[in-house]
Amino acid sequence: MNKKLLITIIPALIFLVMVVFFWFSLNSGEDKSELPSTLIGKPVPAFELASLHNPEKVLTNADLPKMPFLLNVWATWCVSCFVEHPYLVKFANQVHVPIVGMNYKDTRKDALAYLDKGGDPYVFSVADDQGTFGIDLGVFGAPETFIVDEKGIIHQRYVGVIDDRVWNTVILPKLKELNADLRLKQDATKNDAVTGD
Amino acid sequence: MKKYLLALTLLFTLLLTSLPLLAVIETYEFDNTAQEQMYYQVINQLRCPKCQNQTIADSDAPLSKDLRYIVYQKVMAGESEAQIFSYMQQRYGDFVLYEPPVKPANYFIWFAPIFVFLIIIIALVVKVGRRKVINDEQNES
Repeated sequence: MNKKLLITIIPALIFLVMVVFFWFSLNSGEDKSELPSTLIGKPVPAFELASLHNPEKVLTNADLPKMPFLLNVWATWCVSCFVEHPYLVKFANQVHVPIVGMNYKDTRKDALAYLDKGGDPYVFSVADDQGTFGIDLGVFGAPETFIVDEKGIIHQRYVGVIDDRVWNTVILPKLKELNADLRLKQDATKNDAVTGD
Repeated sequence: MKKYLLALTLLFTLLLTSLPLLAVIETYEFDNTAQEQMYYQVINQLRCPKCQNQTIADSDAPLSKDLRYIVYQKVMAGESEAQIFSYMQQRYGDFVLYEPPVKPANYFIWFAPIFVFLIIIIALVVKVGRRKVINDEQNES
């Protein structure tokens, strides 16, 4: 009798456990297609790439800002980057956090025209036309944004479009943690105030 | 006449079904067949980070093409399979390997199937073991 009871109960229990498991997986808000970056806690991989604006100039890790900054992987062929671009321009105008652009597998002509038209939020952009730096960064889909500290250590990677919500919930908290300069620039209007609170 | 038509239809079907095989386009030159074999072995064991359920050999995503080229270069440079795998793993994580390493984070994917299989076996044994054997003769009488 006892055994019979057990056999009736066990499948129901397994079912319940699975329901709970799937329920939490579905509601975690976590994107399962997003791969964890292997670079968290590691320095930005070594690179030696031409500047987008000045092809003669070679940029390396030594040119990265000496304060917390964002490294944004973008391309003109990337539709989501197009959506993200105005936000980056806005954020770049608001706070003193530099955004370094990494122009991924693109043509210089297209990229420059794109920045001319949509505005240039980047302190500088490197041109990774061969995509090798992208592979070193483990990039699998632009746009991707790396949050890097003043020593060049990567603290987080965000895959996807950074809009107001992502900026406030993901990027700003991390930048605060890294003691980035989040004071508003003087010309930033009060309406656009970006505070994480 | 009907026979020809049938043959033609069949041929056409064959043509259509063989098209997907042409998906991967670029061909590389190898010095010997060992290198070529290794190249195909490696690209068939790496997952495309972009498309997730395809190997980089299957996928025609630009990223897969770049990764295939890197594999090709590394094969030609005489690197071992393990070296190429660890290069990819450093960049894209365990995920790129179709055979991920056995470590605590991956225990679930490695052992869950065995676990489920064991449960089924136990359930079967319990169920079948409890059944009474009935003779045919007894049935008939």
